[in-house]
Amino acid sequence: MQMGEVRFSLLYVADAAVTLPEFAEADFQSKPANGARILNGKVPESLMANEEVVDHGRRRFLTVTTAVVGGAGVIAAVVPFIKSWEPSARAKAAGAPVTVDISAIEAGQKVTFAWRSLPVFVVNRTKDQLAQLKGLEPRLLDPLSSDAAQQPKYATNETRSIKPEWLVVIGLCTHLGCVPDFVPDIKPEPFDANWKGGFYCPCHKSRYDLSGRVFSGVPAPKNLPVPPYHFIDDTHIQIGVDPQEAG
Amino acid sequence: MANVFSRIGDWVNERAPNLAPTYRKHMTEYYAPKNFNLWYYFGSLALLVLVNQIVTGIFLTMNYKTSAAEAFNSVEYIMRDVEWGWLIRYMHSTGASLFFVVVFLHMFRGIMYGSFKKPRELVWILGMLIFLVLMAEAFMGYVLPWGNMSFWGAKVIISLFGTIPFIGDSLVQWIMGDFLPADATLNRFFALHVIALPLVLLLLVVLHLAALHEVGSNNPDGVDVKHGPKGNRWDANKPKDAIPFHPYYTVKNLFGTGFFITVAAFIIFFAPTFGGWFLEHDNFTPANNLVTPSHIKPSWYFTPFYAILRMIPSYFGTAIWGVLGMFGAILLLALLPWIDKGEVRSVRFRGLGFRIALGVLVVSFLALGLVGAGVTAEVIPAWFPGVDVTTWENAFGRLMVLGYFGFFVFVWIYTRFGFEKTKPVPERVTMHD
Repeated sequence: MQMGEVRFSLLYVADAAVTLPEFAEADFQSKPANGARILNGKVPESLMANEEVVDHGRRRFLTVTTAVVGGAGVIAAVVPFIKSWEPSARAKAAGAPVTVDISAIEAGQKVTFAWRSLPVFVVNRTKDQLAQLKGLEPRLLDPLSSDAAQQPKYATNETRSIKPEWLVVIGLCTHLGCVPDFVPDIKPEPFDANWKGGFYCPCHKSRYDLSGRVFSGVPAPKNLPVPPYHFIDDTHIQIGVDPQEAG
Repeated sequence: MANVFSRIGDWVNERAPNLAPTYRKHMTEYYAPKNFNLWYYFGSLALLVLVNQIVTGIFLTMNYKTSAAEAFNSVEYIMRDVEWGWLIRYMHSTGASLFFVVVFLHMFRGIMYGSFKKPRELVWILGMLIFLVLMAEAFMGYVLPWGNMSFWGAKVIISLFGTIPFIGDSLVQWIMGDFLPADATLNRFFALHVIALPLVLLLLVVLHLAALHEVGSNNPDGVDVKHGPKGNRWDANKPKDAIPFHPYYTVKNLFGTGFFITVAAFIIFFAPTFGGWFLEHDNFTPANNLVTPSHIKPSWYFTPFYAILRMIPSYFGTAIWGVLGMFGAILLLALLPWIDKGEVRSVRFRGLGFRIALGVLVVSFLALGLVGAGVTAEVIPAWFPGVDVTTWENAFGRLMVLGYFGFFVFVWIYTRFGFEKTKPVPERVTMHD
């Protein structure tokens, strides 16, 4: 197994005067003394005599080890390229917690804040609206907020909030991430004759109640997620930090 | 002068003796059945549009700025300040839509005349791969102007991957490179749109044509001209019912090209947005991550698949079923050579059941397009005041979803269990002399 053999076979194939099917495996195994060019597509008698038995086991071993080591190398080389698609350090830094002032939000009003460039709805629910939450259960997919991934423990309740009147949810439909409209009035709507107020996604008509709980029979599979947040004081909340983390 | 050319030809020939035979095999002496009809224009037109997209695309990149802050304005700059920039951009945007018009008709031709059947499965599979890459290319291109529909279109389409259990959320973040579509997303989509995918697309087109020229073209009769009598006016060994691609089909396709360019020019000059179908109104406002357009919908060529996504509700706490349905709709098309087991290729000689099923497929596909584009949501309340729009739209849409998937189920049963009563297939093409 010397370089001469490889060069020999390459020259052989490149020779336009011959075509490949004329060769048997044995032709490629015969080894020229010094990699000399073979002309006219004929292997000289002297070289044909120089037959050599091929060690197939050794050849297979070399093929497999080369493939495995080379494959591992390729996979290792791909990792940096895959990882380069992860959010960069700058994008992650932009995801830091934000503190917002909620003192100006009137009862019944919704204000949208940006956290990690996600729209976060903060709604100041009225007593009337809170009263509507009861009795909706049969029409909801997950009325008890049993999916732990959709809200922190401190928001696993009927109002899905720390303080009953203050709803804080990420305003992205759990179907495909559109921003649902805030439709707070308790009156019949074109999409629901028995509307008790809530959120309506214009993209695919998913509906949520005023706690961000999803209705059954709509494309969205989950309740609107509640981000980690806590009250710094009565008029300020910090989004992105749990109460216990804040101390 | 002629002498100089022939000497250059000889010089090349001596060094690359296989070049001229390759050219002859794929162009001048590619023998195609002589009974091609109107449906056979669309392959060459697809190639024409591909060239248009590449050329206009190259010129657009010369003025486009790849950043979330500048992209929208740079497109407006191309439209207003760059000399003839508006024309180049409208040629590109109109070309994208016409690409899909041509490709859909090309695919329908293949289904109608059984061009996907043995021995052309490889041609069909390569064609389906081209279709997939084309959809990715179109989607990413749509994001680049960074209008509000670009942004929300990207958001919705990328979120499709979020429905995959366990890895979904991190996959979405990985694709976007941020928590929402952002600068990083725009940049990588630009790279894929202008470099990676076009390279793949070109390679696939070359393979598609090479695979076609290995087996030869099908024709409206679905007759194998290669198995018919031999010998025509140009070559004693070539099929009697075939003619050389050049000059016959090059000239025929030139005529089609002229007609097509005329139509395209009318759209480009008089209706480049095509009433909001080719360029959506919401995309003329810059991207805003806090405001969703009131009617989010993809470009028209995605609407049938998008409607399938919308019409399938979520079960077991996951929305993946709609996504599977949407991708399944495309996968089933790719598997058609193994679903349709009928021996007869052309619809001309196939059973009544197949003809009806084909009609149902076309109607369902178009109707799903209307559902996906939000047309039914407007039409239902206008025509039937007082009805519950969602209920009626869902009922109609789901019926059409059944129609679409029903085609594949029906055709498999119909051909697998021998229900199809075909007509006798002639030995030679029906218009031979």
